[in-house]
Amino acid sequence: MTVAAFVFYVFAVTVLLGGLMTVVSRNPVHSVLWLILTFIASAGLFVLLGAEFVAMLLMIVYVGAVAVLFLFVVMMLDIDFAQLRAEMSKYLPLALLIGVIILMELAMAFGVWDFSDGFATRIAAPTGEAQNTAALGLLIYDQYIMLFQLAGLILLVAMIGAIVLTLRHRKDVKRQNPVAQMHRDPAKAMELKDVKPGQGL
Amino acid sequence: MVEIILFAPLIGAIVAGFGWRIIGEPAAQWLTTGILFLACLLSWVVFLGHDGVTEHITVLRWIESGSLSADWAIRLDRLTAIMLIVVTTVSALVHLYSVGYMAHDDHFGEANYKARFFAYLSFFTFAMLMLVTADNLVQMFFGWEGVGVASYLLIGFYYRKPSANAAAIKAFVVNRVGDFGFALGIFGLFYLVDSVRLDDIFAAAPALAETQLHFLWADWNAANLLAFLLFVGAMGKSAQLFLHTWLPDAMEGPTPVSALIHAATMVTAGVFLVCRMSPLLEFAPQTKTFIIYIGASTAFFAATVGLVQNDIKRVIAYSTCSQLGYMFVAAGSGVYGAAMFHLFTHAFFKAMLFLGAGSVIHAMHHEQDMRNYGGLRTKIPYTFWAMMIGTLAITGVGIPLTTIGFAGFLSKDAIIESAYVANGYGFWLLVAAAAMTSFYSWRLIFMTFYGKPRGDHHTHDHAHESPAVMLVPLGVLSLGAIFAGMLWYQPFFGDHHKVQTFFGIEAAEEEHAASEGFSLVAPAHAEGTATNAEGTATEPAAAEGEGHAEAQMPGQGAIFMAADNTVMDDAHHAPDWVKVSPFVAMVLGFLLAYQMYIRRPDWPARLAANQRPLYLFLLNKWYFDEIYDFIFVRPAKALGRLLWKRGDGNVIDGTINGVAMRLVPAITRLAGRVQSGYVFHYAFSMVVGIGLLLTWVVLMGGAN
Amino acid sequence: MISADIQTVLPEIVLALFAMAALLGVVYGGKDRLAGRLTSLTGLVLALIALWIAYTGEGTRTAFGGSFNDDGFARFAKVTVLLSAAAVLLMSRDYMQRRGLLRFEYPVLVALSVVGMMVMVSAGDLMVLYMGLELQSLALYVIAALRRDSAKSTEAGLKYFVLGALSSGLLLYGASLTYGFAGTTLFSGIIEAASDDISLGLLFGLVFLISGVAFKVSAAPFHMWTPDVYEGSPTPVTAFFATAPKVAAMALFARIIHDAFGGIVGEWQQIIAFLSVLSMFLGAVAAIGQTNIKRLMAYSSIAHMGFALMGLAAGSVLGVQAMLIYMAIYVTMNIGTFAFILSMEKDGRPVVEISALNMYSKREPLRALAMLVLLFSLAGVPPMVGFFGKFYVLRAAYDAGLAWLAVAGVIASVIGAYYYLRIVFVMYFGKESEALDGAMPVFQWLMLMGSAAAMVVGVVNLFGIEPLAAAAAATLVN
Repeated sequence: MTVAAFVFYVFAVTVLLGGLMTVVSRNPVHSVLWLILTFIASAGLFVLLGAEFVAMLLMIVYVGAVAVLFLFVVMMLDIDFAQLRAEMSKYLPLALLIGVIILMELAMAFGVWDFSDGFATRIAAPTGEAQNTAALGLLIYDQYIMLFQLAGLILLVAMIGAIVLTLRHRKDVKRQNPVAQMHRDPAKAMELKDVKPGQGL
Repeated sequence: MVEIILFAPLIGAIVAGFGWRIIGEPAAQWLTTGILFLACLLSWVVFLGHDGVTEHITVLRWIESGSLSADWAIRLDRLTAIMLIVVTTVSALVHLYSVGYMAHDDHFGEANYKARFFAYLSFFTFAMLMLVTADNLVQMFFGWEGVGVASYLLIGFYYRKPSANAAAIKAFVVNRVGDFGFALGIFGLFYLVDSVRLDDIFAAAPALAETQLHFLWADWNAANLLAFLLFVGAMGKSAQLFLHTWLPDAMEGPTPVSALIHAATMVTAGVFLVCRMSPLLEFAPQTKTFIIYIGASTAFFAATVGLVQNDIKRVIAYSTCSQLGYMFVAAGSGVYGAAMFHLFTHAFFKAMLFLGAGSVIHAMHHEQDMRNYGGLRTKIPYTFWAMMIGTLAITGVGIPLTTIGFAGFLSKDAIIESAYVANGYGFWLLVAAAAMTSFYSWRLIFMTFYGKPRGDHHTHDHAHESPAVMLVPLGVLSLGAIFAGMLWYQPFFGDHHKVQTFFGIEAAEEEHAASEGFSLVAPAHAEGTATNAEGTATEPAAAEGEGHAEAQMPGQGAIFMAADNTVMDDAHHAPDWVKVSPFVAMVLGFLLAYQMYIRRPDWPARLAANQRPLYLFLLNKWYFDEIYDFIFVRPAKALGRLLWKRGDGNVIDGTINGVAMRLVPAITRLAGRVQSGYVFHYAFSMVVGIGLLLTWVVLMGGAN
Repeated sequence: MISADIQTVLPEIVLALFAMAALLGVVYGGKDRLAGRLTSLTGLVLALIALWIAYTGEGTRTAFGGSFNDDGFARFAKVTVLLSAAAVLLMSRDYMQRRGLLRFEYPVLVALSVVGMMVMVSAGDLMVLYMGLELQSLALYVIAALRRDSAKSTEAGLKYFVLGALSSGLLLYGASLTYGFAGTTLFSGIIEAASDDISLGLLFGLVFLISGVAFKVSAAPFHMWTPDVYEGSPTPVTAFFATAPKVAAMALFARIIHDAFGGIVGEWQQIIAFLSVLSMFLGAVAAIGQTNIKRLMAYSSIAHMGFALMGLAAGSVLGVQAMLIYMAIYVTMNIGTFAFILSMEKDGRPVVEISALNMYSKREPLRALAMLVLLFSLAGVPPMVGFFGKFYVLRAAYDAGLAWLAVAGVIASVIGAYYYLRIVFVMYFGKESEALDGAMPVFQWLMLMGSAAAMVVGVVNLFGIEPLAAAAAATLVN
């Protein structure tokens, strides 16, 4: 067993373990922590594949941003996971049975796995670029430009969606209107009154 | 012109049937009658001007479906021309007669019925013309069913009478049995020939004789089987033995209907069909023999029953049945000309007998039992003479060994002579039937017109001669009954050469001789036959065919007689005793009737008492109705009741109700429960679905 | 090269640009005050693009290295999608405005979702397929929850989202299995790899892919979200769900199984037949107990998807043609029906109870008659066009040797006829009760009457879609 293979198995087992524990751990905060472990191990796998850029993205975006956001959300929400779990445990035996069956079938598929004829001719050849980022850039902005743009649209929809579903214009608070504020004309906004003493307004 | 003959009655029927409220009842009556006379006139023009060459007149394209192609076309040959004059003449006269006969009817009270009756009559005429002018079997089947419907409507015309309804249903149902055979025959022909056009079928007939067809449990010779199936259809329409039971009951209809449909035209459709299919029949010797047996048996059976019936119309009905048997014997013998001849003459004298009987009934205020008649000779002299002529015609009075005599004499003798040549069984039964025909016909005359008045005095006192509109048709028909035989004896039967010309066989032959290369086909077929192990019966025919290289091809004339079919010529050379035998039989029958009903009127009752079982046997029509009731009707009803109560009620309704009221709501509730609203239930269902599909794939596709 | 590619995807680009421009314009313009006009404008633009595609598109072109197809099949599906989306937008404006639901994001989201659908039906690559699917779905998740103050609506959106995510996961897993076997995500490569000697892994990939898409067409047993989402969403959104996305997902289904797995028809035929028969029966049986017309329409659409899948199960040109015809008819019927449902209100509040339709025929004979025609057509009663849709798929299934499936379809449609006819019964023979009021805005009225008339008049030649569908199917199946 080479070092690379050993490291692969370590990361792979960690990914699986992390995924499993994410699902089964009782405390939601623990779940998120297990999820972070899974992300890290996945990043390791990417490094092994020679995709450092993706590995780093995973670390920065998923671990650094997404998972931490999850953590905050989970901490802020007060969800009674125990109750949900109780409801779910009713179905546990059946679920387990089906899970085991599917697992066995997948194992079977893995056991008789066979690449198609001409697999090697179809699979994309390595670009030969030394730098990950450069190679990715070429692919994304050239061959997969449409996918890239579609991904952009998806993110746009996600953003619109988030705003649509959450943004509320509160009527009871005063809001700043910079344009109006800037265009205020003292001549119109103010009127000087000469109040005579003792008369009042 | 033929189109006018064909469609004018339809127009008349439509106008009278739907438009009588606008044009009025009398107008509807006279319109249909006038149209029929026009059609009749044109038919005679067509008949007399016809030169024997087959014409095809396409009216419109009708059915195009796959290889099934049927045009609505008129096939005008001698057979069609004969049928045209028979149908239109009798129909026109019956229309005229009906104007008088249907003038008053107690069954309907104030209700309007006349226009309906005339519309039905005209519609029937159209359907019958459709049948006889058909150029393909599908079109013929259309007309066949059309006359069935018209017959149903007319038998049940007095729909307020339960017995009329029952008779109408019986006629319809019994005919279905025959039609089933007919339809099977058409299917079979289409299956083998891939066409329903008569020309194609006729051309293929020699090949059919060499084909084997698997049907039910065994292989049959295709020509024999298909001819047999078609004949089953003919048996139903023409009321031959085993399928005859509807005809006597059909007398429930008004008498003009009986004359038109159940004597002169529709019931002869079977004979027409057999003659029309003569090219096929000539290659089906076993079926021909079968036809002779059925025909002769029917002629004999119906005559025996006719001996003892008391209802005047039933006597004539059985007589019709019997005469149809004669025609089939002729057709089965291969002498189609004689069959058509008898059909032709029979149409005149039988229609006249019916109309005469109608006149008697009319005079006697709808009394139909002959035992209540008697001595009417002086009260209704014209009717008496008409009936007398009809009786002379049907019994076959004429001068033996010459061609002078009433219509029935010539045509019936022709058949009996042919039967002698073809089949001994047929000959002897027909002669016996001729004697009985004579007996019951004279019995009818004697009981009705002679002796002392029996029955209700009042009725007898008021018996009166029918109006002129009823007597004129009688007169016209009696002319036919007297002269039709003598005029057309030669072309139908008498002279070989004339027969050939008349039916267009000669013309076809000449045409055939011109195209020499064509004649090689027949010998080629003959050689093919020799290799056929089954075709023992057809072998002689084929061998003969080789000798007569100039033999006629099937389907070129109106009728086809194979080269070895010499029955007609042989019949001309039959011994004199054979030719005289029907006359002798007739005289015997007459003398016996005279003895029993004029000289010793007490004999019949004594004889009936003496031979009680035989009398009852005959009076009850050989118990056919009872046997059918026991074998078919009651088991069918029982089966129907079983299926209705158990099958439909318990099983089908039960299942449907069970599914609809219990199973489906149960599943609905289950589906509602599964639709719990919990997301994880939903996800779970998806996972279960995936699991199922994966398992399925592993089990089915995991092999590779 | 890139200009040719862009030429090919020009309609999608135009629509996407329109959506973004509209978004910007309205945000800086008048926000929700312009929402009504924007909705109509978007509907108009969708319809125009449909006409553009219908009249200018010809031939078969691919773009971006084969990952995007512009062929007759895609165009047929796109035109159907665009027109149905336009119709739904046009008839939803009034309803949403009166209930204060109309927000300017709604037309923008619909337009972007339609972009996703257009990409889906043109996909020539698993990645493009996924992108289109997600673009479409994400927009739908959002508009399902558009009435964010209603618990039902937000629940509908959330359920749809969670289950949609699961189905996306299934789809992706299937895609990765397929990639692992074939070594490419291009359909043209997969069909090369998946010809005869295939491994179980590829079949599993196929199953997962089919399951993912089956979720989108709401075929049983992946249908569970449908009734809840249909019920919870605002009615115009439900109308949208029932029409355009279904067509797109069904076309995508056909695209995958024929373009990528056309070499192994025998492997997926049974799977799809299974989904089909399950959907037909579940849709027919479960709808019987419903009292809410929107839930009923959800089950109705499940059953109809079962029939459309029957066409796909045939695995032939005829089958795809039958599916396309079926979907076109289905969409037309649903637009009319939802136009009617949109008009059901009482005292200004929407009503979705079937019992509210009691003796509707007395109050509004014309509308009731139109609805009767539509319901008969939905049930597949012969003189109506709906019958011909069913007839085509049944014939396709029968010709493909799936006689048992055709028989099952007939039985299911008999069961299903019950609940459609029950509505007819209620409308014509029900008990007199407090009736619905409310006028019908002109667009809804037009859609209802137009669709009902189409169900009757279309009997003549189905408006000529038969040869179009045949040509479209021929470009897909080879």
